[in-house]
Amino acid sequence: MEIPAIVGAGLIVIGAGMGIGKIGGSAMDAIARQPEATSKIQTAMIIAAALIEGIGFAALFAV
Amino acid sequence: MRRNFSLLTLLFTLCFVGVTFAKSGDENKKDTPDEVKSFIKHHLKDAHYFELFHGAKMPLPIIVWDNGLKYFWSSDLKKVKVKEIMNADSTITFEKLAANDTVPKSAQDYLYEAQNSEYSLFHGKMLAGKHADLQLKLNSEGKKKLISHSPLLDFSITKSVLMTIIICFFIFLAFTALSKSYRKGPIPSGFGRLLEPLVLFIRDEIAIPNIGKAHYKKYMSYLLTVFFFIWIVNLAGMTPLGINITGNIAITFSLALITYLITTFTANKNYWGHIFWMPGVPVPMKFVLMPIELLGTIIKPFSLMIRLYANITAGHVVLMSLIGLVFFAANLFSFGAFFGLTLFLGVIELLVAFLQAYIFTMLTALYFGAAVEEHHHEH
Repeated sequence: MEIPAIVGAGLIVIGAGMGIGKIGGSAMDAIARQPEATSKIQTAMIIAAALIEGIGFAALFAV
Repeated sequence: MRRNFSLLTLLFTLCFVGVTFAKSGDENKKDTPDEVKSFIKHHLKDAHYFELFHGAKMPLPIIVWDNGLKYFWSSDLKKVKVKEIMNADSTITFEKLAANDTVPKSAQDYLYEAQNSEYSLFHGKMLAGKHADLQLKLNSEGKKKLISHSPLLDFSITKSVLMTIIICFFIFLAFTALSKSYRKGPIPSGFGRLLEPLVLFIRDEIAIPNIGKAHYKKYMSYLLTVFFFIWIVNLAGMTPLGINITGNIAITFSLALITYLITTFTANKNYWGHIFWMPGVPVPMKFVLMPIELLGTIIKPFSLMIRLYANITAGHVVLMSLIGLVFFAANLFSFGAFFGLTLFLGVIELLVAFLQAYIFTMLTALYFGAAVEEHHHEH
């Protein structure tokens, strides 16, 4: 039985969403622990989130 | 928290109720979902004319390379409806659709023909021929493909090109005014006061932390250009001008290509050393890592291209769909809900416009930083 490509894309989007959620959550924890490092943490968070987002979009456009 | 949640639920319920109402209520076929869908598709594509609102079309020049530059105005193009004729050799040719023909929609097509020259615009491609010359064939996937003509090189000043030129001119004016105002004193005047903090933001938050104090200066001009270009173009996409420049993959491709070229040509020995002969890993591993790292240099700008394009396209689609929903609102209640949702997403899109410009600049600076990083430590 063939699984449609759109199911795979959906799985990847779920994964990407979980990844970005985890990054956001960890960043919140880190900021709460060290508020003076907020700007550095935010930068790193946005870069990592952007990289994951790229994968999500690649999956959506491959469908 | 609980209260917020129930408010959100109410809002979404309202939206869905509104959609159901709209679907059951509307019979007069003026604002159908099909019309909205084609409107969104139309918006995402580039166009050969500039249309502010329905009926007010400004023609733009069409320039093609057909053994020499040929040019004419897009007002010369006229829509011709055709029907598909299946031939014995399984090719498809076009015949003009007469007024009394009853051909199913799936066997109909259309193209724009120039009145005073031998060119036509067929689904976004400029061709040297009229509808009678075209010949299509079904490919293995069942899609129609043009086989008689190859598309001409198209240098047309389209809507996106025109707006890009205008925006570049605006950016040029704003920044020359900013640099001139420094001759009078250390504090910029007028519009420059808005720009100066952003320039400093790029320098202090993006360029210096990522590239380093020693090398950041030579990259500043590109980082500033790319940041302000993407940001202002994204903001212009949010205006009712109906333009979609960064949602065009050719534009993001060019930006990513420039990033790639600058990274490649300013990279030092250390950068290439890490690609071709990764220090600190066993020799067999070096051979495995070489193609991966080499591919990585291409994938990095490729992801830049896709990220910007996909974000802006997705944002425009969502926003246009919500605006489309406003027209289906059956009662004032759902109209208000759609309007509020559209407004909310519009504000989010303003944030995305900045965020995408920031991320593009940030990652570009990161790649530049990797290219000029000095060899500090033995691995």
